[in-house]
Amino acid sequence: MATIYIDNKPYEVKDGQNLLQACLFLGFNIPYFCWHPAMHSVGACRQCAVKQFRDEKDTRGKIVMSCMTPAADGARISIDDPEVKEFRASVIEWLMLNHPHDCPVCDEGGECHLQDMTVMTGHSYRRTRFRKRTHRNQCLGPFLNHEMNRCIQCYRCVRFYCDYAGGRDLNVFGSHHHVYFGRYEDGILENEFSGNLVEVCPTGVFTDKTLKKHYTRKWDLQTAPSVCVHCGLGCNTIPGERYGKLRRILNRYNGEVNGYFLCDRGRFGYEFVNSKERIREPLIRNKDNGALEPASEERVLGHLSNILYFGAKVIGIGSPRASLEANFALRTLVGPERFFPGISEKEHQLTSAAIEILRKGPARTPSLRDVALSDAVFILGEDVINTAPLLGLALRQSVRQKPMEMVKRLNIPLWDDAAAREVIQHEKGPLFIAATHGTKLDEIAARTYNGSPDDLARLGFAVAHALDPSAPAVPDIGEDLIPLAQSIADSLKSAGSPLIISGMSTGSEAVLHAAATIVWALCRDNGNAALSFVMNECNSIGLGLMSGGSMNGAFDLNKAFDLVEEGKVDAAIVLENDLYRREDREKAERFFERCKHVIVIDHLFNNTAAKAEVVLPAGTFAESDGTLVNNEGRAQRFYQAFVPEGGIQESWRWLRDAMTASRRPVQWQSLDHVLSAMANEMPVFRTVAEIAPPAGFRIAGQKIPRQPHRYSGRTSIHANISVHEQKPPDDSDSALSFSMEGYEGMPPAPFITRFWSPGWNSVQAVNKFHCEVGGPLHGADPGKRLMEPTVSGEISYFQKVPQAFEPRKDELLMVPLHHIFGSEELSVLSPAIAERTPKPYLAISREDAGRLQVDQESELEIVISGRTYRLRGIINPSLPRGVAGLPVLAGLEGITLPAWGRVGRKA
Amino acid sequence: MFSLLRTMWNVFLHAFRKRETVLYPEVKPYIPPRWRGRIILSRDPDGEERCVACYLCAVACPVDCISLQAAEDEHGRRYPEFFRINFSRCIFCGFCEEACPTYAIQLTPDFEMGEYVRQNLVYEKEHLLISGPGKYPDYSFYRVAGLSIEGKDKGEAENEGPPVDVRDLMP
Repeated sequence: MATIYIDNKPYEVKDGQNLLQACLFLGFNIPYFCWHPAMHSVGACRQCAVKQFRDEKDTRGKIVMSCMTPAADGARISIDDPEVKEFRASVIEWLMLNHPHDCPVCDEGGECHLQDMTVMTGHSYRRTRFRKRTHRNQCLGPFLNHEMNRCIQCYRCVRFYCDYAGGRDLNVFGSHHHVYFGRYEDGILENEFSGNLVEVCPTGVFTDKTLKKHYTRKWDLQTAPSVCVHCGLGCNTIPGERYGKLRRILNRYNGEVNGYFLCDRGRFGYEFVNSKERIREPLIRNKDNGALEPASEERVLGHLSNILYFGAKVIGIGSPRASLEANFALRTLVGPERFFPGISEKEHQLTSAAIEILRKGPARTPSLRDVALSDAVFILGEDVINTAPLLGLALRQSVRQKPMEMVKRLNIPLWDDAAAREVIQHEKGPLFIAATHGTKLDEIAARTYNGSPDDLARLGFAVAHALDPSAPAVPDIGEDLIPLAQSIADSLKSAGSPLIISGMSTGSEAVLHAAATIVWALCRDNGNAALSFVMNECNSIGLGLMSGGSMNGAFDLNKAFDLVEEGKVDAAIVLENDLYRREDREKAERFFERCKHVIVIDHLFNNTAAKAEVVLPAGTFAESDGTLVNNEGRAQRFYQAFVPEGGIQESWRWLRDAMTASRRPVQWQSLDHVLSAMANEMPVFRTVAEIAPPAGFRIAGQKIPRQPHRYSGRTSIHANISVHEQKPPDDSDSALSFSMEGYEGMPPAPFITRFWSPGWNSVQAVNKFHCEVGGPLHGADPGKRLMEPTVSGEISYFQKVPQAFEPRKDELLMVPLHHIFGSEELSVLSPAIAERTPKPYLAISREDAGRLQVDQESELEIVISGRTYRLRGIINPSLPRGVAGLPVLAGLEGITLPAWGRVGRKA
Repeated sequence: MFSLLRTMWNVFLHAFRKRETVLYPEVKPYIPPRWRGRIILSRDPDGEERCVACYLCAVACPVDCISLQAAEDEHGRRYPEFFRINFSRCIFCGFCEEACPTYAIQLTPDFEMGEYVRQNLVYEKEHLLISGPGKYPDYSFYRVAGLSIEGKDKGEAENEGPPVDVRDLMP
């Protein structure tokens, strides 16, 4: 700890900080632009000036940039000195010289860091009479709007985009006051994290283009703490609603999970909530004409009581994209032995294997913060940028860990970003990637290897064997693999906190076993060795834990299909699940044919809903409360952002009503009742209720408002319907209210509905909510880990090493290729994401292309398990011989991969 | 006794004084132009809607009686998709006019807004928008703003230099 004196008062601060961050986290307001908590200092904008004094006798002092000055013990500074205040006012006056008269039509207005800083320094009158420089804008794709006139040259955008996120197509051009931030020419910003520029840019140069289509100011958005549903990482988000429509997603800081950033799928995938495909009323199939018709709630529940009569054989098909509460309600209705997780046999097998490895082994799952701090990483069979994008962003930081030791040796403070990068140059820490195909992270990897899933597993076992000779040896290992395995093993062994990443996307259990064997071999010497599995969906782990996480595969979708086939089922309830995405089309068709009554609870009208007898409208993540368990095993609560119109309610409420209607009554009035029932029933979810305070929680007798205190239009929004104002809706499920009234101070971390602080309207207010850069939110970061490793006991390695892959003569092994835009079920319904989704194709290796005489873009005919697909061919040189990549995209769902397929040119 | 009679006399004299009462509604009183009466939305000198849907009036409104939704037309101009004022809540404080950065929303000297049905006091954009510029005949926001719209390119607003050629390295 160091003691610094600010305006002659002593304060204790942590060592190794600069004055700006020390002052900000102490609660002082110093204006700044180029500093960002994740990207540290470069001293470019000259805005954060303070006066530093030599000792207490020094009265003159000198003006220094606080972001570039260490908060050394005994430092004496003044923030309020008149001279330094005048200096800061003149800096902002220069920055505003060219700023256009745009605020009323600027999407940043009301949450603009430049507005806040201008007000903070007191600059209010334009004295200059000279002309403003202007710039032409660029079209940057469906996500971002570009308005270069507003730029104040803080360089944050390129520092984030190029230095932090590894992008290459945004840069700074020109010289002197003509400096321009953009692409070389118009075009889509390629980086998967480009959306963060909306939050990184202190003014309105980069703004959210999807928000612009239904623009609303920050002060008018009703917001709630939420969790992203578009991949397994569970990033924390803040969805904002106005007039019954979801308007945008902002990042919600969580030090353990997503930190300061989100990926573009998470940020722009929200529009499925406003989709035309939404189910908004309960539907019942008309027996006469076979059409689904809207029905009242009473009629639907009456109908359900007939189908689900006491003694009826009902099965429940759960979903990895539904909340724990919804799945639990379904499990309660049908009974544990008739509850099926609703995932394919293969996925169930892999999920169970992953959970078993994580619970029975000694390796811990790392949070994303831990991932960014790992100093050696081995990715086995996963394309993380496409399957779990933010994990990729964390890995881009992890390769800086080892080179940062050089920076430490030179006594350069870690926050001195420009100097640190100058020292590091292009030095990278050890990152090894073994995947079926080339991935985007290959550019930062030390070594890469591409092979079939079996070959990946063999490489993994070879690494494990090199680490610990008692691990199984790989028979007939190729000469080229031994040195590679050895060098990976050496790097992992010499690292302080090595990390192995694997996941579902190869569809191979052997790959998971190989990853586990490596990390267990590491764990013998190094307790810090960590293992992270990338899961397919937002609640895959939660559903796996609920269905017991058993290896025997007793509960998968096929078993449910078999039961229906045997005629042992009267009715099936499908919860938020499209069976056509899970299993083969014929099997799904057969299921709907044979099952007497199918009840579907979902929010989107998909193929499954189209086959149902009863369809119940469920709330999306923005319209319901619930808990999701991410790939780390961290259970996180999301809260309802708004009350939807129509008959939509939470899935668990529909299931409760169905239980009550069919004489299986449960006393569930609010979410807390479901949580306590779940904790009683399943000990693994014991701590889930403790993630956030219960619904009865009050601060000074008040709830926490979802609406900002400046929320407008209260007496006018519904005035066109009735001039008599309605009471705001009650929320019996949480301590949040659908109103602007309530506790205005800082809420507990799980209830942060927005980042705002007096004088800080922009997202930079986040600095007031946590106490050090990258540190936890005040209180603690929300979320509870449900899985911890078993440390004691003997480790028994997996012994089964697969045979080397043999390419077949007339068939290719189809492996899945995931796409950040397009492979996820919900986000593809957002127009912006749909615009970035590739058309279906088949990627084949160069050798196979030569053998089959296929050119780029030629039409191919592919036969997989009896079904024929016509796709364009793309030559992907990174694919190994005998392996083809089939993208996970609409039109190609329901194929269990990897699978052998026949490829030929279109006749 | 005397004072009683004097009072009665004074009252009687008032019968011959000039009337202060106006025979409203037959006679309309003089209302100064800056009177804060019925709110209107004005148009700029080119006849386009002045309102750019910036939401400042709505947020300034102390009774929250203004709601609107922003949209953008094919020329790149922002406009309110709907604009609603609930006059049954309005207190005619004029904060909206003060907040308006484009002189779009203005208070007028019209106060005759009585209704038998409260619902009729909800005014939509079609009731609010007038055909002229109101109190500020010359101001047009887009001539000042840096945003380019159809017919006004980058660098053509007041006090703006021509767009920079980024590839030019001349000092």
